[in-house]
Amino acid sequence: MLRNTTTRYGWAAIILHWLIGLIFIGQFALGWTMVRIASQRTAFELIQLHKSFGFLLLGLVLIRIGWRFANLSPELPEEVGPMERLAAPSVHFLLYAAQLVVPLSGWVLVSVSVLEIPSVPFNLFVMPHLPLGVSEQAEDFWIFGHKWLAYAGIALVVLHILAALRHHFWLRDVVLVRMISPLIARRARKPE
Amino acid sequence: MSLRVLGVAALVAFGLVDSTASAVALSDAAGRYAISNNGSSIRFAIGKIGGGGLNGAFGQFKGTIRIDGGDIGRSRVDLTIFPDSVGTGQGRIDAFLKSDAVFDVANSRQIIFRSTSVQRTGDNSAVITGQLTARGHTFSEKFAVELQGMKGGQIRFHVSGKVFRSRYQMDVGTPIYSNIVAFDMEFSGRRG
Repeated sequence: MLRNTTTRYGWAAIILHWLIGLIFIGQFALGWTMVRIASQRTAFELIQLHKSFGFLLLGLVLIRIGWRFANLSPELPEEVGPMERLAAPSVHFLLYAAQLVVPLSGWVLVSVSVLEIPSVPFNLFVMPHLPLGVSEQAEDFWIFGHKWLAYAGIALVVLHILAALRHHFWLRDVVLVRMISPLIARRARKPE
Repeated sequence: MSLRVLGVAALVAFGLVDSTASAVALSDAAGRYAISNNGSSIRFAIGKIGGGGLNGAFGQFKGTIRIDGGDIGRSRVDLTIFPDSVGTGQGRIDAFLKSDAVFDVANSRQIIFRSTSVQRTGDNSAVITGQLTARGHTFSEKFAVELQGMKGGQIRFHVSGKVFRSRYQMDVGTPIYSNIVAFDMEFSGRRG
C-alpha cells in the first residue's frame, strides 16, 4: 500500500501529492498577501514563514521526485484519449519543474538580497545562502523571476485541478480517485 | 623599525593617552553641558544569527548633562533621540526600522532617557541608571560612561550599554536578529 503499482498510487505518493499541493497553493496565497499587507511587522513575519514553508516544500519535492524514480507510475485508464495520453507526461513534468523551480528561485532571491536576512526555517536551523553575488540588480531580477514563476506554477496547478475534476465528474474514471486512497482506487477500478 | 621599537612606541603612546584621561576627573567637570550633534554619535549594533549583524546610527538627538561636583551621584543626564533620523546605509532597512515593525515613528517620535542615579566606578567612569521610554514603554536601563576629556568648556564622554528591544515592543525578527541592541555612543557637550 505504500508503493505504487501499475494501476494505483501508494500512500507515500498520495500523501506527498496532497501535502505538496496544499503547501504550494498556501505559499502562493502567503506570498501574495505578505507583499500587500500594510503592517511591516506582520509582513516581515509572514516573509519568514513563507521562506520556512518554501524550504519545506523544496525538501518534500526532492523526496517526491526520488520516490517517483524509485517507483512504478500507474498507467492512465484505458478510456483516456490519445491527445490527453500524449499531453499528460508533459504537464506532469512541468508541474514537477514548477514545484522545484519556484522554491529554488526563492532561495536564490534571499541569497542575492542586499538585506542579507538569514533564512531560519521554523526557527530551527540556519539554511545557508547560495554562494551567489549580492546586488540590487540581482535581487530585482529574482523578485521578478520568483513572482512570475509562482504565477506560472499556480496556473499549472489550476489546470491540473480542472483536469482532475473533468476526469472525476465528466469522464467518471479513476484518475482523481486513485490519488485519494489506494483502497478506493482498488474498489473503483473496473474489473479486468 | 624593529618590532621591539614599535612595541615600546605603542606602550609610550598608550601611557600618554591613559595619563591624559585620568587627568580629567569627573569631580573637576562639574557643570551643565548641552549635548551637541557635532562631535557626538549614537551608534547601535544588533547581532544576527550565523554572524554579522545590523549596524546603524541616529543622526538627530539632543540632551543635557549636569555634573554635580559635590556629589557625582546627584548628576543628571537627559537625552532625547529622534528615531526618524535612523540610518543604516540601506534605505529599505531604514524604512523598515521607522515603520510600525520597530520604531513606529508615525506614532512615537521620540526615544527618551532620563537618568535616575549615577554611580561612580572610577576616577573618570560611572554607571548611569535611568528610565528609557520608547513606543510608550518605560524600563530602567544602565549605561557605562567614561569621561574622555575636557577642553575649553567642552566635555567628551563615551557611553555604552545593552538594551533588550523586546521590552519596547521592537522584538520583530528575533531570533534571527538578536534581542540585544548594543549601543556605542560618543557625546560632546558644551558648558552652559
